[in-house]
Amino acid sequence: MREITIGQYIPGNSVVHRLDPRTKIIITLAYMILLFALNKFYGYIFPVAFLLIAVTLSRIPARYLLKGLKPLIFIIALTFILNSFMIKGRVIYEIGPLDITYEGLSQGAFMTIRLILLITGTSLLTLTTSPISLTDGIERLLSPFKKIGVPAHELAMMMTIALRFIPTLLEETDKIMKAQMARGADFESGNLINRAKNLVPLLVPLFISAFRRADDLAMAMEARCYRGGDNRTRLKELKMTFIDMATFAVFALFAIGGIATRFM
Amino acid sequence: MSIDVRNVTHIYMPNTPFESIAIKDVNWTINDGDFWGLIGHTGSGKSTLIQHLNGLLKPTSGEIIIDGKNIHSKEVSLKAIRQKVGLVFQYPEHQLFEETVEQDVAFGPRNMGLPDEEISKRVKEALELVGLPYEQIKDKSPFELSGGQMRRVAIAGVLAMKPKILILDEPTAGLDPRGRDEILEEIINLKKNQNLTVILVSHSMEDIAKIVDKLAVMYKGQMVSQGTPREIFKDYQGLVEKGLGIPQVTELMIKLKAKGKNVSTDILTVEEAREEILKHIRGKGLA
Repeated sequence: MREITIGQYIPGNSVVHRLDPRTKIIITLAYMILLFALNKFYGYIFPVAFLLIAVTLSRIPARYLLKGLKPLIFIIALTFILNSFMIKGRVIYEIGPLDITYEGLSQGAFMTIRLILLITGTSLLTLTTSPISLTDGIERLLSPFKKIGVPAHELAMMMTIALRFIPTLLEETDKIMKAQMARGADFESGNLINRAKNLVPLLVPLFISAFRRADDLAMAMEARCYRGGDNRTRLKELKMTFIDMATFAVFALFAIGGIATRFM
Repeated sequence: MSIDVRNVTHIYMPNTPFESIAIKDVNWTINDGDFWGLIGHTGSGKSTLIQHLNGLLKPTSGEIIIDGKNIHSKEVSLKAIRQKVGLVFQYPEHQLFEETVEQDVAFGPRNMGLPDEEISKRVKEALELVGLPYEQIKDKSPFELSGGQMRRVAIAGVLAMKPKILILDEPTAGLDPRGRDEILEEIINLKKNQNLTVILVSHSMEDIAKIVDKLAVMYKGQMVSQGTPREIFKDYQGLVEKGLGIPQVTELMIKLKAKGKNVSTDILTVEEAREEILKHIRGKGLA
């Protein structure tokens, strides 16, 4: 239970950690678009190089990024296989009614590269940005849309609270699981239906405690006169600095390089 | 039934930046019929240590030997160990889930695969052991009970498995003074009448010092001392440094002695203190 690493933040003080969250969010989005805009294999040199530089600067051990890939290997493999078989074109090999085509293989390879780069890139964002500054960044990015009725602050607050309670709920799950195991409960063996049934002693207390916590939190926020939105000031003001500008410039160079390969 | 903890170390999340050593090289022997108090400041590793005693956690290094066998060897069934070593967690009322009290207490025995008659017999016994009226309470929802009652139901849920060793982690946390005294009273009776081996975990000396036979003190993941409460309290200074303190009456006697009164500091209860002080005053009066 404690081994889950997706969305985990590793505290640090590298250049990447210190970037404004807005910079990181915008670049990650642009990077994702870039990944899908490229149409030649050698074009991927640019995003790969950018990612390598970012990872090196962040001083996040590479095995963390690879660990994030692990649970998704199955999906990546499935994407590759489906693409290889489903796309019509020049046939390389036939297995019964299924054909492996040249176009299919190349499409499959594209999707595999894209997915791996996508996951590693986005994990780097969450590994180097604390949940609080991530939601702060999102709130600021969404605030122009307030005029058309997007509740930016409330959305950000909901995300902050949700993220804040993930570790708490995991801890709670761990505790209740152990308490039931101490009473002879078995969460690991049996067929699917039995396993689902065995989860009742875990889920009921977990839901009750989640609702209790939500109630307590709402009460505590109200007791301190919390109201979201206008005129709230914050402890840490977000500020774009020279490093942010430089990062945008460097990314723009790589992106232009990548896009240029489309026209070669 | 005896438990032998040998050189046990436990590290949470090893090989990550979040690695932390919870307990370090702990040695501890619990013999049949012992009444232990395990004491230590918050975060000293008490809860981690007791979760090793019924195999919920596996030591990073070291061994847990129960009745001569390493519990993590292949021949030992952890399920059988968990039945013999009953563990009541902190705030055990948070684990209740069934529709009725009776069904919830029956959860443990049912997992042991006992026949229905045996189960209902045990449920009845267990509820009576914790001082709840079986007939009145069995069909109620556990969630409509008071906090103290819920805690008793949860303790009954462990007792219904008829463990030989009962471990209670902070059984009095969050209860009012009266609820606290009642639960402690029941634990003493259980110990006496059911011939159980009991380990009581607490961060407060006040609670457990006068009822246990032996104390084990945890500090920063290590077991720093073991002995009878009287032996442990001799090192008043050391305990204070570890953030633990001693019962108020013992502290009073130590302060009296420091003021030059010739009294014994080997005192655990108010009655003993009263005797000792009276003795001292009378002695003076005669002189």
